[in-house]
Amino acid sequence: MKMTMSQKLLASKAGLKSVKAGQLIMADVDLVLGNDITSPVAIGEFAKFGRKDVFDKDKIALVPDHFAPNKDIKAAEQCKCMREFARANDITNYFEVGKMGIEHALLPEQGLVTAGDLVIGADSHTCTYGALGAFSTGVGSTDMACGMATGKAWFKVPTAVKFNLTGKFNKNIGGKDLILHIIGMIGVDGVLYQSMEFTGEGVKNLTIDDRFTVANMAIEAGAKNGIFEVDDITLDYLKAHGKKTPQIFKADPDAEYERTIDIDLSTIKSTVAFPHLPENTKTPEEWGKVKIDQVVIGSCTNGRLSDLRKAASILKGHEISSDVRCIVLPATQQIYKDAMKEGILETFIDSGCVVSTPTCGPCLGGHMGILAENERAISTTNRNFVGRMGHVKSEVYLAGPEVAAASAIKGYLADPNEGDN
Amino acid sequence: MKAKGKTYRYKDNVDTDVIIPARYLNTSVASELAAHCMEDIDLDFSKTVEKGDIIVADKNFGCGSSREHAPIAIKESGVSCVIARTFARIFYRNSINIGLPILECPEACDNIEQGDVVEVDFETGKIKNLTKNKEFQAEPFPPFMQGLIESGGLAAYMSKQGDM
Repeated sequence: MKMTMSQKLLASKAGLKSVKAGQLIMADVDLVLGNDITSPVAIGEFAKFGRKDVFDKDKIALVPDHFAPNKDIKAAEQCKCMREFARANDITNYFEVGKMGIEHALLPEQGLVTAGDLVIGADSHTCTYGALGAFSTGVGSTDMACGMATGKAWFKVPTAVKFNLTGKFNKNIGGKDLILHIIGMIGVDGVLYQSMEFTGEGVKNLTIDDRFTVANMAIEAGAKNGIFEVDDITLDYLKAHGKKTPQIFKADPDAEYERTIDIDLSTIKSTVAFPHLPENTKTPEEWGKVKIDQVVIGSCTNGRLSDLRKAASILKGHEISSDVRCIVLPATQQIYKDAMKEGILETFIDSGCVVSTPTCGPCLGGHMGILAENERAISTTNRNFVGRMGHVKSEVYLAGPEVAAASAIKGYLADPNEGDN
Repeated sequence: MKAKGKTYRYKDNVDTDVIIPARYLNTSVASELAAHCMEDIDLDFSKTVEKGDIIVADKNFGCGSSREHAPIAIKESGVSCVIARTFARIFYRNSINIGLPILECPEACDNIEQGDVVEVDFETGKIKNLTKNKEFQAEPFPPFMQGLIESGGLAAYMSKQGDM
């Protein structure tokens, strides 16, 4: 049959025995996601599909996370538009402030995504759920409206690049270093329109949170989706969080890939993407002394409990530099609560960090940590485009939580594996 | 259908954060978005763009976020067409879904400079640089996408299909 994991999953959702790369298909979706920025546009479009009701009130998730808690009056109107739509349509999975979290951390935590699902979301980082063996991809508001009305989405079946992972990470190295390393190697359009399929004996050495981080940034290499082979680690996670029954799709032994890239995890170093593209990656010997004004630890990429633990373990017993503001954003209410119970939040506060309610806020220059002209931030987020976190002349350096925490202490870009951190 | 206008020429990886910065995404009103279109890489764009004008860029145009506000801002600015070497995938499908014509044509990108007057025939995929008197052929859309565009976008297309 020669199909990749992604192709097999898509064929199944399109009700076809097999599909080929390049084929245009109409497929059934298992979940449609929107946030407070993209949903208002989708809600406007929804009426044009001529359906009175949404296709399935249990298969739509609406999360006010970008400019929520409301950052200004206009944002409040957008959140209100989404809230009223959710109420009018009796949407089961609407998450109000107080229950909400950053969508891509929240949905898996709430058991709304399982292996074998086809998920579309009007947010580019919807590709995160590939960590669980789902085919999930970002779409626009019109696609979201179509999904809400009909339960369908159109796809061009992608070709794939296989990432064959071996070995295991060294100390203070994680999923963020791996995905930045990959984007640095292949570029921001390195896998344009393609699937990134992660496999190999090294996968078992990646935690589920490492996998979320890697799949989350597949879009930063231009990919349609990133997907991990399902193993016991996935199934354990799904069992702990799952309300849905997983379905496992494995690539055929003779599946065709555009290319295969072998990566030995033990060779990955602390990796940082310099402005203004995620592909501008450098390892510690190339960093030089980059003075910083702000550190952001959080986001759909690195705001999970294990990320906060990693950062806190480096910060414990230290104070952050007096030249730095360090903003920590646990990605969901549950993560916030768990971090509180573990004493992690206390560590952050004792170190001089501020701990925020869950929000995407600073990642996209929305609120809760905007940069002024000529300011620099090290951030565990996913994009460092021009003006991404504020002023058009500000700079964002992308890194994992270990580098971010070590840098907060020093006041400049710092390798957690060097010195006394 | 044909489009004709002066061109705005941009380079690689024009991302959605510069097409419409997130600080303006607290609204989805098209005219407000258009007023800030491209402002982080080209402050003059929104002041000088005229109906029918064409954007020409190099690879990976529209990379980044899924915000449909990006093609909406471009379309509302009056831009008739975007030509690029390649497009990022979400921007590509969003443009088709909202009816903003986009064409991939590396050869045209090699031969169009800022300010050149360009004419595009959407039926044949022919791109003419009237300033330089050169002609190029873009890849035609597959029939499914042609159908989407002819229907006037995804909503109209799906309505025509009935309960599929």
